Amino acid sequence: MAESRAGTAAQAHNGHRSNGRDPREGISSQAEDRSGVRSILRRVAGPFAGPIGRIADELQSRLSADLDDRDPDYIRENLSLAWLLSSIWFRGEVRDIGRIPDKGPVLLVGNHSGGNLTPDTIVFTLAFYTYFGVERRFHQLAHNLVLTSPVGPMLRRYGTVAASHENARKALEADAAVLVYPGGDWEVHRPSWQTHKVDFNGRKGFLRLALEANVPIVPIVSVGGQETALFLSHGQRLSKFLALDKLFRLKVLPVSISLPWIVNIGDFFGHLPLPAKITSQVMEPIDLHERFGSDVDLDAAYTYVTGLMQDQLDSLAAERRLPLIG
Amino acid sequence: MRVQQSVTVNAARAAVWDFVTDPANYCDFLEGTTRWEVVSDEDRGLGARYRMLLKVGSAEVGGLIEVVEWSPPADMAWSSVTGIDQRGRWMLREASGDRTRLTFRFAYGVAGGGITAMIAERVAAPSLRRRLRRSLLNVKQAVEKSAMTGAINR
Repeated sequence: MAESRAGTAAQAHNGHRSNGRDPREGISSQAEDRSGVRSILRRVAGPFAGPIGRIADELQSRLSADLDDRDPDYIRENLSLAWLLSSIWFRGEVRDIGRIPDKGPVLLVGNHSGGNLTPDTIVFTLAFYTYFGVERRFHQLAHNLVLTSPVGPMLRRYGTVAASHENARKALEADAAVLVYPGGDWEVHRPSWQTHKVDFNGRKGFLRLALEANVPIVPIVSVGGQETALFLSHGQRLSKFLALDKLFRLKVLPVSISLPWIVNIGDFFGHLPLPAKITSQVMEPIDLHERFGSDVDLDAAYTYVTGLMQDQLDSLAAERRLPLIG
Repeated sequence: MRVQQSVTVNAARAAVWDFVTDPANYCDFLEGTTRWEVVSDEDRGLGARYRMLLKVGSAEVGGLIEVVEWSPPADMAWSSVTGIDQRGRWMLREASGDRTRLTFRFAYGVAGGGITAMIAERVAAPSLRRRLRRSLLNVKQAVEKSAMTGAINR
């Protein structure tokens, strides 16, 4: 489902900063990345590197951001499916959505749960579109793998774009509400015993984005998504061993116990999520400049935002009496 | 999908009309309403516009609506401008003994939504029907109470 992986965007952005590169070098660095992928493919795939490389290029081309792929009529016609899933399967509840400013660009920052089929995104996207209307521009950032999957074209019509700093900036410039999950693929596959933990893995790109675009941050904290399967491990070492981090920006190769696969490695084909109740709380908007002055200390801002979100998650977790039931 | 409920109110038609056409009352009597905000210059009458939201299942559903029919004190109807397709209609008819037969009809749907829209409409219907029933009873109670208070004061 629509997974926003601002974390990967954030990391990419961090990389640009720490290397002292001009952001305008993005295009050339993308080309370098792609040639890097090709050389890895040559090593790994041998004689099949050519065809596989062409497929990789094709998939890469599907990631080009076009905000105009968003189709309000399509969204409107398909909200009923999201409504059925959210209302019946997940008994979704989004509280205080009216805290999101009625208009103008805003960065919605969420914690992320539930593997590749992220129920919190389904529940929140439905709530956003029914509350503000499909006419309001709303984009979600998603991991490359999600957009290149068979559901990718559908998600693009919902307003989902590949997670990158550039795409997020373009969307905010277009006055959109942008939903990012800084924890991304790391947080969404965290082990089940860390269910009630906000884990952005130190990714601060969302803060830079909000500062550059001068937009408020509205944190959205959800609980329940990590109860839809039994998540065992991020599989970080496995991903590195298979070079998936370089090939597909996959930092993890998660291992979970889920339906119908029982043992599910990678979660590439999704899974049947258990019907856990999803509750999301929209928090008060945060203006970083107002809170931290003109020269914002990113570490302090990160600690502040994630701290608020963790407190909120603890509070939502305390309300839950039983797993799945809520 | 269309749901409809009726109730007989022990009050004159003009009193019931005043109540159901006053946008300030909707959040109180229409069960599940979370927003009913006037967004036009006129707060009632033909062309008046409201931004409304109704909690249905896990979502607050609604949008911008406009009054498209205004025949006091008998009929008022609105239609959606944005949001889900919907039409609402109040019908007030005189009943014996200075009473009013009040009917509320609510039609909704998603054009082009296919089978999932059809299922969603049907899944939502029983709950909406129950809520409309309670809402009409809320109107009856409020108008009759107000009529009684007025009579005592006189």
